[in-house]
Amino acid sequence: MDMLVGFIQSIPLDLVLIQTVNGVVTGMILALVASGLTFIFGIMDVVNFAHGELFMLGAYIGVVVFALSGNFWLALITSSLMVALLGAALQILTLRPLIGRDPLNTILVTFGISLILQNYALWQFGPVARKISEPITSHFNLFYLEYPWYRLVIAGLSAALIGLFWLFLKHSKFGVWIRATTQDRVMAQAMGIPVPWVYTGVFAIGAALAAASGVLFAPLAGVTHTMGLDWVLKAFIVVVVGGMGSLGGSIAAAIFISLLEAYASIWVSPAQAVIVSFVVLILTLLFRPTGLFVPTPK
Amino acid sequence: MTTAPLDKPMSLKRAGLSHNAIFWGGFCVVMALLIVAPLVLPEFWRRFLTEVLIWGLLAMSSDLLIGYTGMISFGHSAFFGLGMYGAAAALLAFSPPNLWLAIGLGLAGAGCAALFVAYFSTRLRDIYFAITTLIFSQIFYVVIFTWTPVTGGENGLIFSRPRLWIPFLYDARFSSATMHWFVLAVVAGSYLMLRRITQSPFGMVLQSIRENEARTRAIGYPVQLYKIVSVMLSGVFAGLAGVLYAIQNEFAAPDFVYFITSGDTVIFNVMGGIGTLVGPIVGAGFFQLIRELLSRLFGDQFPYLIPLGVVFIVMIIFLPQGLLGFARRWLNR
Repeated sequence: MDMLVGFIQSIPLDLVLIQTVNGVVTGMILALVASGLTFIFGIMDVVNFAHGELFMLGAYIGVVVFALSGNFWLALITSSLMVALLGAALQILTLRPLIGRDPLNTILVTFGISLILQNYALWQFGPVARKISEPITSHFNLFYLEYPWYRLVIAGLSAALIGLFWLFLKHSKFGVWIRATTQDRVMAQAMGIPVPWVYTGVFAIGAALAAASGVLFAPLAGVTHTMGLDWVLKAFIVVVVGGMGSLGGSIAAAIFISLLEAYASIWVSPAQAVIVSFVVLILTLLFRPTGLFVPTPK
Repeated sequence: MTTAPLDKPMSLKRAGLSHNAIFWGGFCVVMALLIVAPLVLPEFWRRFLTEVLIWGLLAMSSDLLIGYTGMISFGHSAFFGLGMYGAAAALLAFSPPNLWLAIGLGLAGAGCAALFVAYFSTRLRDIYFAITTLIFSQIFYVVIFTWTPVTGGENGLIFSRPRLWIPFLYDARFSSATMHWFVLAVVAGSYLMLRRITQSPFGMVLQSIRENEARTRAIGYPVQLYKIVSVMLSGVFAGLAGVLYAIQNEFAAPDFVYFITSGDTVIFNVMGGIGTLVGPIVGAGFFQLIRELLSRLFGDQFPYLIPLGVVFIVMIIFLPQGLLGFARRWLNR
């Protein structure tokens, strides 16, 4: 008991608050990545193994455009558009021939794509990490720290993008097509919806979301060719913990896991803090394999 | 149609007889070639062949899951790595280093890891199984990478090779030829065991899980138990490959527990042909040959995984059965 009290008293409150803010910021980026992943999966039944590489490639394109133009927002938009085009091309070339085959084939093909993209990035940009300087340089005081406004702007932007995406699904014509295709592919086709192009569009949108989060993340840490695997793993964990194919569940799980990792890294190194999210995954699989943040299935 | 009853039993019988003869004849020819190989090949290709056999064993172990049980594992690096570190532990802890102790400890390590992974990941199916095996292998990677006092962390462990000691028969240092023969014996033995397993009643249940899991469960088989056992079997053979690799190269490194090893394993399987057991070995050879060829043509810095990735994708789309897929039924008979 004394140990517990001693432990609680030893928790540095200011650090906990700072880590809460940090956790929410990375959680929002993770939510953006995971929502693209779960969106592609929910509609196309495709597990996009290359999602992390699209994130990485988006960040690299952001770095290049930023170096050329010096404008962060231009880099964000260009990178999203280019990766969306790349995603559409990849879907037409590799995933469209697999429609109607065992979905396990799609995980193999996207794994192949991730290999190619990752090695291309290594070949093109080299193993040294690249960085974008922050677009908003002002700080505010958080205890003894000068906390950059930019991090809060990222969190807000990610939330705004997810909100826009949700509105798009609910109210636009293409969004209605997407939802109709999810419900009944054959019926949607009979009603004149171009289903193969809906799939292409869905993949392109998912890719654009990944690229946008990549550019948003780039100023926080260096861009390397191996960052894709870390992020796709985290996104997979989020998708499983949040409940498969559930957008809201993914967002909640992303913030939950990022907060836990941020708190854990007060005591252990960030590399070891990853284990916390693994433990959350194991516990979820043991006690609630349908996901933590979805209603109990009937 | 009227002649069919006359013709059919004859031709079937003839095919059945010759099938056995051709299969074992072919097996003996391939074995003979592989036995002679180290005597005629230069040192580089001898080593190349030995490593292809080891990677082939790893790929073959995962074929038990992919090809026969219908579960794609993206986490075989964990079993391979645990075999490696288990062998390393045995070789470092006991002096003089003992070969069989290394194998035993490696297999035990891989088996425990496989039980742990199987217990959780078999609760999920299809794609989620693949993802959870990947995440679990990453757990092992993080633990091995960060637990420096025990595993050597980033630098891994270095040890000396044990003597090739067969009780009452043979006791000498490993030469590169005896190393090759030892690896060949282990891989061939594993192939025969895995082939026997897939043809046993147990293997039949695994294949029926692949074909129709719900029906298998409805008949009354405890599907999850069968899956756990098949993941464990697969993990133990993958661990064996890890032990061989550790003994051949005299080190254990965290890189081999990383996801890339698992990814390669899946590529070997798809290229060679899943569900054939020998296919993955052929796939491993094919992959390593192309890689070697590319690095000779374009230099060491050439990103060989880009063209290999393209080949991989093209094969999934146009040749999903892999190189040996055409012989799948015949090989499994």
